[in-house]
Amino acid sequence: MLLPDAPAATSPRELSLSGGHDKSGAAEKAALVFRVGEITALLGPTGSGKSRLLSDIESLADGDTPSRRRLAIDGRAPSDDERFALQGRLVAQITQNMNFVLDMGVLDFLTAHAESRAVPDAGAAARRVFDAANELAGEPFVAQSQLTQLSGGQSRALMIADTALLSTSPVLLIDEIENAGVDKRQALALLLKSEKIIVMATHDPVLALSAHRRLVFENGAVRHILNRSEAENAALARLAGMEDELARVRAALRVGGTIE
Amino acid sequence: MRLVTVAGPPSCGKTSIIARACRQLQDAGTPCAVVKFDCLKSRDAAAYASAGIPVSVALSGGLCPDHFYATNLEEAFTWAQGTGAACCVIETAGLCNRCSPHIRGLLALCVIDNLMGIDAPEKIGPMLRLADVVCVTKGDLVSQAEREVYRHRIRQMNSRAVIRHINGLTGQGCQDLARLLALAPEVDSVTERTLRFAMPAAVCSYCLSEMRLGARYQKGNVKKAMFVQGLATPAAPEEDDDAAS
Ligand SMILES: Nc1nc2c(ncn2[C@@H]2O[C@H](COP(=O)(O)OP(=O)(O)OP(=O)(O)O)[C@@H](O)[C@H]2O)c(=O)[nH]1
Ligand SMILES: [Mg+2]
Ligand SMILES: [Zn+2]
Repeated sequence: MLLPDAPAATSPRELSLSGGHDKSGAAEKAALVFRVGEITALLGPTGSGKSRLLSDIESLADGDTPSRRRLAIDGRAPSDDERFALQGRLVAQITQNMNFVLDMGVLDFLTAHAESRAVPDAGAAARRVFDAANELAGEPFVAQSQLTQLSGGQSRALMIADTALLSTSPVLLIDEIENAGVDKRQALALLLKSEKIIVMATHDPVLALSAHRRLVFENGAVRHILNRSEAENAALARLAGMEDELARVRAALRVGGTIE
Repeated sequence: MRLVTVAGPPSCGKTSIIARACRQLQDAGTPCAVVKFDCLKSRDAAAYASAGIPVSVALSGGLCPDHFYATNLEEAFTWAQGTGAACCVIETAGLCNRCSPHIRGLLALCVIDNLMGIDAPEKIGPMLRLADVVCVTKGDLVSQAEREVYRHRIRQMNSRAVIRHINGLTGQGCQDLARLLALAPEVDSVTERTLRFAMPAAVCSYCLSEMRLGARYQKGNVKKAMFVQGLATPAAPEEDDDAAS
């Protein structure tokens, strides 16, 4: 028997989720809107509803999930055919459980990924990902390194660079990159340039403040939607300065320096 | 009754995803039944039973479970009908990666996991190539990039199948799988239907339990390979790729 085959994934500019309810049945106050070129941070304790939100996006919720949310893509509900085609392809994910498992060299693998996307010059595209990953990684690695030999930080840097530059999915969900041992702010800058909708679960204050918007979860639903304020811009600059200072001191101490 | 064949290498997650998808179908009012064909033993009965799905397990012992399946499919079908099921899923163990249980005109599903290496889609023969739906499990353990490359390799081996990433642990994607199962054609019987791919010819002395090694014990359909540097001949069997629907 023949089933309809999925056409190539579309690239929506905006996703929204409306009609959500928390675990006690109380309605979410407003629709949740996610746009290309914006970063949304998800905050709240484990079990507060962050994963539910992600799977609502991933499964193209249609009032048929526990939250009763409905997903709209570029302002309208997807048709049955679009739903079918996008199933499982809307969201790329980077989480802490993930590891590289393939027996391949880094550059060979990236080339294979670029080829699978039918990128015109796969070799050059692979190089770009490799270079970007090396800028994010604390410790540099070479193109011939085996994927499975990379350190945690190098793996995460490679996953972020690859997803930003080569992934097919229009939405990217990142789980706690603060613990990944990568340059967080550079990672965010790279992701912002990727023309994707970025959603980031985090407990890190600098990352949370770097986001354009913060969704705070409670009891299975979004309780607060906060846009970054002027005062928070200033706080972010201060905190970022403190992080730079810490990094400088750490680097100096490592090579036997003294601190004035 | 709708009939679905499910094939995939051992431990790739077949039972995990089918049990959940069947559970969802049952909750939506479609009674299901599962028949598992395996070799020596199987724990699948307990898994299906605890999901509330009627299950029968048939063990092939010394035979290839796919051959055993072909010779017992009518009986399996009758048993499933007897449970009152509207949808019957046949899970087979796909041991040799050479056989395929898929039947023309019925829904054929292949399950493979993301941990089997980049060449797995190529190595897994007709059970993947001739499937209508390919479910890829264990994506939670590998990178997004590997998932995408793996998906591409699957696509290269099977240009027409619907490919789905499904998590057998969390059940993510199983609702969609249930919807796909509900699209399986309804049939009254399997008699006179045709397999999509011939099972291997196997009428040599070892099929008849010969255990001694040596040319003098080899009788019947015996094929000798020519060992040379590189690929020994004869190479892998030619495939008649007519997955007619
Ligand atoms: N991490 C992870 N583990 C999975 C996933 N799917 C299945 N598993 C695990 O893989 C193991 C095998 O799963 P089964 O569903 O029994 O596999 P199977 O293909 O039915 O196995 P056989 O019938 O024995 O060939 C179990 O321990 C599952 O929990 C998945 O998506 N992610
Ligand atoms: Mg099983
Ligand atoms: Zn076999």
